[in-house]
Amino acid sequence: MGRYLLTRLVFALLLVFIVSSAAWLLTRVVPGTFVDQECVTLSPKECDDLRKRLGLDRPLWAEYLSWLSHAVRFDFGESLLYSRPVGPLIVERAANTAMLATIALVAATLIGIPLGIYSGTRAGIGRAIVRTLSVIAVSVPPLIGSLALVFLASRTGWFPVGGMSSAGGAEMTWAAWLADVARHLPLPALALAIPMAATLERLQSEAIAASSREPFVAASRARGVARARSILSHAWPVSLRPILGLYGVMIGTLFSGSFIVEVVTSWPGLGRLMWDALKARDLFLVAGCAATGALFLAAGTLIADLLLAYTDPRVRSGERA
Amino acid sequence: MIRTTTLFLAALTLIAVIAPWLAPYEAGDAFRDFLHAPPMRPHLDGLTPVVNPLVLADRLEQRFEPDRSRTVRLPWIERDRATPVFLLGADDFGRDVLSRLLYGARTSIGLSLVATLGAVVIGALAGAWAGYRGGWVEDAIMRTADFVLVLPVIYVVLVLRAVLPLVLAPSTVFVMVTLIFIAVGWPFVAKGVRAIVAVERGREYVQAAQSLGASPLRILAVHLLPACGGHLLVQATLLLPAFILAEATLSFIGLGFPDLVPSWGTMLAAAGNYNSIARFPWTLAPAIAIFAIVLLTNLLAARHTQNRH
Repeated sequence: MGRYLLTRLVFALLLVFIVSSAAWLLTRVVPGTFVDQECVTLSPKECDDLRKRLGLDRPLWAEYLSWLSHAVRFDFGESLLYSRPVGPLIVERAANTAMLATIALVAATLIGIPLGIYSGTRAGIGRAIVRTLSVIAVSVPPLIGSLALVFLASRTGWFPVGGMSSAGGAEMTWAAWLADVARHLPLPALALAIPMAATLERLQSEAIAASSREPFVAASRARGVARARSILSHAWPVSLRPILGLYGVMIGTLFSGSFIVEVVTSWPGLGRLMWDALKARDLFLVAGCAATGALFLAAGTLIADLLLAYTDPRVRSGERA
Repeated sequence: MIRTTTLFLAALTLIAVIAPWLAPYEAGDAFRDFLHAPPMRPHLDGLTPVVNPLVLADRLEQRFEPDRSRTVRLPWIERDRATPVFLLGADDFGRDVLSRLLYGARTSIGLSLVATLGAVVIGALAGAWAGYRGGWVEDAIMRTADFVLVLPVIYVVLVLRAVLPLVLAPSTVFVMVTLIFIAVGWPFVAKGVRAIVAVERGREYVQAAQSLGASPLRILAVHLLPACGGHLLVQATLLLPAFILAEATLSFIGLGFPDLVPSWGTMLAAAGNYNSIARFPWTLAPAIAIFAIVLLTNLLAARHTQNRH
């Protein structure tokens, strides 16, 4: 178990290191950085001063090492676009993305898993309806889903069409602000959750259908365990392995999805921040966003791996399952 | 399964090739008096389908009303520039959404087809080589593939695209975006191909070929890659809609094609703001087209899993 944990941890750290370094190098090396754009309006003297202040006047390797040595201490430099330290800026936006992603993941789980258990263990019209809905829902990627939901919201007024809080959100009391955010949350969260819920439903349905054909489920029924109980406490836990594996994969999907949802619905998250940073070639902000994204991703995959190892002893011992 | 999948891919290729010829107007034809004209409903006059032409009811509100006293024949039968027919409405420049949808099909599906083909070829070669050679070659290729697979695709595409100059000629965009898509798409193919080749390599027919003196290249090309045919087709069907969506996403955020090029992404980019979505929802037609393609793919995949059980 210790060895398994260690290799996963090393992989996670390597992921964060490579992704953020690659983002830094790519943004740094290509011509037309943020400073070059600023220098159009500055005198050569002012331009040199700006470079010096930002530490961009040294050889590439020295710049990179200096950035790296600060980055491991969570000091990602100063955003050129916002003239603010990158760290707090990212924390603020990453919290918004984390909130959106968590709510979407919880919603997808609460919708997808019970429906999957139902459609995997029952026959008849109910299962047909769930299956049809799920094939349709899995075909609504977040880009299409968020556009459709914005259309729905603008026609019905059921929820606000975009943003995270209403105008004047800064003056609200804490409780009022929370209620306001809660009103803005369902639209982007649903756009993210719908295809994920359908994916979970499909997989759970297949997994539980397979596991309820296992002899130990029949044995539990023969011992007189009620049908619902034999499904929930005997067949279901065994069917969880592929589902937990999917969660590891879904962290990536969640990130990709939340990017476009943030853009369409003006949710002030990490995705939008990175988009702004990329457009402005804001070197330190791009690298900081990439590092944070990779950190989230690595943490997510790590948690999914741990859950998998916890539920399946074969993974722990390195045996092929 | 292989037959339906091939048919599906062939049908999409056909659409990409012939769609612009079906378009009633040119993609750039702008009718300045019909900005944001709503879709017209065709009905039958005797045996010919006709529509009532639109008259501007309020220029400020961009409100149109059908003129019930007159009828116009569909543009495929008779084209009159004074009374254009918009079956799917018109966009913010007064261009026919249907025509742009058809021209955009060529850009979006065409690009995705080329990228899919590239990813399948590169992935098959890399996977086959890894599976056949084994050892450190296999490790190097498969670790790289695993690494690419872990990354959230859209961010990788975004960073790679963003470091290129923002303004590029449409043909350059086409090539660059295709290359980026291939770079993120090949591992999906390579993983499966490696697994199949690694198993098949030990089979008797491969040993027979080896003992007859066949070169590794010949064994790969003639014996092992055909064994992966089904897997390659399935991966192609899965990659294609993903690439169509990725193009739409890139163009939507302004990092894909320039707005003048008709593609499903640039159309959505123009239609995807709150005001436009609320008042002119017909400009979102490409979203329906993308949904339809993704749905078809998923139906194919669902049939595949059902047959397997």
